[in-house]
Amino acid sequence: MNATPVWVIFVASIFTNNILLASFLGMCSFLVCSNRIETALGLGTAVTFVTVFTTALNYVIYRYLLVPLGLEFLAFIIFIAVIAAFVQFVEMFVERFSPKLYYALGIFLPLITVNCAILGAALFMVIRKYNFLQSVSYGLGAGLGWALAIALLAGLREKMGYSNVPAPLRGIGIIMLVTGVIAMAFMGFAGMLNVQ
Amino acid sequence: MANDAHAAPGSGLGKSLCGGKCGFTIVDGIFKNNPIMIQVLGICSCLAVTTRLANAIVMGCALIFVTAMSNLFVSLVRSIMPRQIRMITEVAIIATFVIFFDQFLRAFNWNMSKQLGPYVGLIITNCIVMGRAEAFAAQNPPFLSLVDGAANGAGYAAVLALVAIVRELVGAGAILGHTVLSPAVYERNVLFLLAPGAFFTVGLIIWIANALKPREAKEAGK
Repeated sequence: MNATPVWVIFVASIFTNNILLASFLGMCSFLVCSNRIETALGLGTAVTFVTVFTTALNYVIYRYLLVPLGLEFLAFIIFIAVIAAFVQFVEMFVERFSPKLYYALGIFLPLITVNCAILGAALFMVIRKYNFLQSVSYGLGAGLGWALAIALLAGLREKMGYSNVPAPLRGIGIIMLVTGVIAMAFMGFAGMLNVQ
Repeated sequence: MANDAHAAPGSGLGKSLCGGKCGFTIVDGIFKNNPIMIQVLGICSCLAVTTRLANAIVMGCALIFVTAMSNLFVSLVRSIMPRQIRMITEVAIIATFVIFFDQFLRAFNWNMSKQLGPYVGLIITNCIVMGRAEAFAAQNPPFLSLVDGAANGAGYAAVLALVAIVRELVGAGAILGHTVLSPAVYERNVLFLLAPGAFFTVGLIIWIANALKPREAKEAGK
């Protein structure tokens, strides 16, 4: 068991151990969907929502089904199946009961199954031996941290449209360098908390 | 997610023997259509496991194995696979090989398995594997798919090794754990071992690669 307090895990997963800037998870959609702030915020919300619930679900399945049966090696396939099924379910549910939310969130949902931040959160939860509450707060923090990072980059990219970037650096190159600078800024939080 | 352009060259060359087509597929996967540099897929693990060259090599081998095998099997079942459930089928095939590799690594190299941590499991969501299964293996014969998977995996592994060499050399003054630049002569830049260094290294490599590209290729792409 991991003895780190719940709130420490929550704060650390947003700032010091940001899932995108420190663990490099969810880069693909981070690079593609960070053109505009609204898109970034929409995707960020969807990722946070899905991460919280899938970490909780995956924890319960892992702890009470896979471990007693000695089937831990199936964790990968079970986790990805749970995430895919959950996303599918949420999509149907939201479409049926809240069309407004569906239009705001719906287009991002299919993108989320392949977002490695969500599977990554589940895997980190197993590796760090979190309990249920810790897992949920980690899932929430990881999702919020991801949303924060993509919103920051989207804000910078909107401004970057006005600047004169050297031709070979345009596109993916400059985004990498800018993300590096953001990651460096986030390293400033590292002294604040120390968690494993 | 996947590139549509890929199917064209193979068919254009068409009808020639498998030898010619294979050669083309290999060159395409490693150089012309490199998964990381050109298609910008699978950046996550490229940044995460490149602090040491040894880790990058193991990860590269994992990717070659998983992409090649999952391509082979997706290609084998492509005619009997119903269209609606093909994503799930592909994911299941990929996950099987990732579990296989993970168990193998745990059994024979526990330290490496601990260092790579969740990133072995995350090969499942690596867009390269899924992208090749979807764009190539679902339309091509088994052997050619196997070659395509291996070539794309090798292209990925090559970039991973390059990034890792830069980071390990600048950050720790070493290659594969052997000190190359002694601390007396060279002041180590630890930033390159940390997260921002990964972003900077990949950004700079992409910059150099774009600047060296011939002009017509530059205009053709984007």
